[in-house]
Amino acid sequence: MSKYIMPNLQKKKIESYLNEKGKRLDGRNHDEYREIVVEEKISENSASGIRVKIGNTEVLAGVHLGLAAPYPDSPNEGTFMTNAELHPMASQQFDIGRPGINAIELSRVIDRGIRESGFIDFKGLCIKEGEKIWQVFVDIIAINDDGNLFDAAGLAAIIALGKARMPIYNEKEDKIDGFSEDGIPLDKDVLSFSMTFHKVGDVIVADVDKEEEAISKFRLTIAVGDNNGEPRITAMQKGKAGTISSEDMEKILKLAEDKWKEMFIKIKGYVFE
Amino acid sequence: MVNEKRQIVVPGETIVSGNEFLPGDGAYRDGVEIVANRYGIANIIEKHVRVVPISGAYYPRRGNTIIGTIVDITFNGWLIDFGGAQNAFLPVSEVPRYVNKNEMREFLDFGESVIVKVWDVKSRGVDASMKMRGFGKIDGGMIISVSPNKVPRIIGKEGSMVKLIKSATGCDVTVGQNGKIWIYGKNTDDEVNSKKIIEFISKNVTIAGLTEKVETFIKEMGLSASKVEVVVEEVTEDKE
Amino acid sequence: MVENLYTKRYSDRKMTEVRTMKAKVGVVPSADGSAIFETGRTKAIAVVRGPRTLHPQHMQNAETGVLRVNYGMMPFSVEDRIRPGPNRRSEEISKVTEWALSSVIDLSGFPNTVVDVFIQIPQADAGTRVAGINAAAMALAHAGIPMREMVSAIGVGKIDKTLVVDLDKYEDSLFHDGEGSTDIPVVLTSRGKEIALLQLDGKISIPEFKEVVEMSKKACGDILKVQMDALKNISEESK
Repeated sequence: MSKYIMPNLQKKKIESYLNEKGKRLDGRNHDEYREIVVEEKISENSASGIRVKIGNTEVLAGVHLGLAAPYPDSPNEGTFMTNAELHPMASQQFDIGRPGINAIELSRVIDRGIRESGFIDFKGLCIKEGEKIWQVFVDIIAINDDGNLFDAAGLAAIIALGKARMPIYNEKEDKIDGFSEDGIPLDKDVLSFSMTFHKVGDVIVADVDKEEEAISKFRLTIAVGDNNGEPRITAMQKGKAGTISSEDMEKILKLAEDKWKEMFIKIKGYVFE
Repeated sequence: MVNEKRQIVVPGETIVSGNEFLPGDGAYRDGVEIVANRYGIANIIEKHVRVVPISGAYYPRRGNTIIGTIVDITFNGWLIDFGGAQNAFLPVSEVPRYVNKNEMREFLDFGESVIVKVWDVKSRGVDASMKMRGFGKIDGGMIISVSPNKVPRIIGKEGSMVKLIKSATGCDVTVGQNGKIWIYGKNTDDEVNSKKIIEFISKNVTIAGLTEKVETFIKEMGLSASKVEVVVEEVTEDKE
Repeated sequence: MVENLYTKRYSDRKMTEVRTMKAKVGVVPSADGSAIFETGRTKAIAVVRGPRTLHPQHMQNAETGVLRVNYGMMPFSVEDRIRPGPNRRSEEISKVTEWALSSVIDLSGFPNTVVDVFIQIPQADAGTRVAGINAAAMALAHAGIPMREMVSAIGVGKIDKTLVVDLDKYEDSLFHDGEGSTDIPVVLTSRGKEIALLQLDGKISIPEFKEVVEMSKKACGDILKVQMDALKNISEESK
């Protein structure tokens, strides 16, 4: 695996421009997201197929529902599984083979953000208590890495769930007969979306590009939902070895709140409209 | 050869037919036909047919100027990552002053950036040299990447495009054939403007009247390309 | 004489007609070469990275670069979710694809390196390996890899007694009576029309097979045109 080699002068340049002006080499301010593009109907063979781009970072995601027996300790609940793949087509730095720790962490962080928020109505996925339930799978594949795959993947996952069509269960023959026009059982009010902040130089930065991501000291992913008009945190994950000071934390929380207020309505639109 | 839309050819496509033509880089003879061996723009000069690539990775050639980063230090030289399939090797004998083996890191350390000349291309990699004027360690400024095939247009005829950028932003722009560009100006805002201009050029490489379009773009950015005669050290080679 | 069960195509297509095709080059900015190829509802993305150093070192070839193909289907590309990771089918397709593409490329100028070709299918409606090869050929050209000629791929099928070009999934599942359905993926080189890939799954007579070869020549000609148009109409950003 080839490591991304950052020239010293470039690291200095990125950090000093942020420290002195709060700006980045592509002209953005430290708290600006790149353009977000969403495309639906990537695959019509599954419940949903979604394409999300943030700047040049691109992922595809899709939802599948399958039939299974419930776990013994939750006989009237469906199940949910997230799988994110950092496919080597997306970056020189990704290897062929079994998922590495980065893909595993990404999958688990996205999974927690969705699961713990209560977005998926597990009881609504029950077909026959103790016998048959729906399994929900979200699969995400990285297509191009230009930084911040965390947010692109997180966004693609919730949109894929929001747009997923409920399969039609043919009870007599115990099989699936195509898709209905209905969505899958979700608690729409608890939708939360994740934002990842990095510390680059002395500045807290939103939506890092590839170079900024390579030199950042730490990253903090925060999933935020709506609690009667106020932002509510439903998941957090710190990554990388740098430490977060209380000053950093203040800045991050303020930024998270501001960005949530700015972006949440639009994100909801992507997921549900 | 200046065409409005130059002829893009695809591997296997017949470029021209006739025994008087000779196949050059990126072309081969099949019977009486000269056929493209690569994807790119067909270029016929005095019956000599070649295909100039418009995409794809950088393949180093002897005499090229490349910009890269020190990624390893051995007992007798430094390894430079310049974006090629293999790293370039800069032997201790090819730097301007005597460096003994204890001073290697002091002279060029991990992560430092250099401009070097490609001295030799071997199967195991590229050998580089820093001995000539205009080559050496670089510091300050920023490095951006473009597709290597755009390099000739970013340099411009006899460096004209680089001079234009300098007059608009005050920045020195040094272009490596490997697509890495070193921008050095008085401040980062100016350097970011240079970056924007270079990106504009990259997006409009095959459009006719590129220079005028760039001048218009510069005006729209709120900068002025002053008519001051700028003397720029010609480190890079003119191509095409 | 047993009547032929499939005499009229269920869709508007002629028996020799390929589905509607779409192709685009330069879809993954960070890659050396990339392309999308769609045939009907089947979509394939191909990404080329290389030539780049091959690790581990003992796999390097000092005389030439090597081609490595990795084909996979995205979990949501088909009705029954495909578990992520390699499986025997995808490994076989990777290998025959690698042979097909190797036949026209020349990596002798890049010793000790590898050219990685990644093919992924976001949506499948039969003919996935064929769409993958069509995309991969464009992506290799886009990456500037030396290629004597292009390759184009098509699946020719036989439904009962009728020879049919570019079966979709519905047709493939139609007839289990009569002689059933037969699937024959073929890859042809663009100049010599030589066969770079050939597989057959089903039953066919020798004269029928000869006709398959003729039909695939015409179909591959149609496909080559789409590939060439995509390469010739590349946008500036994609170069």
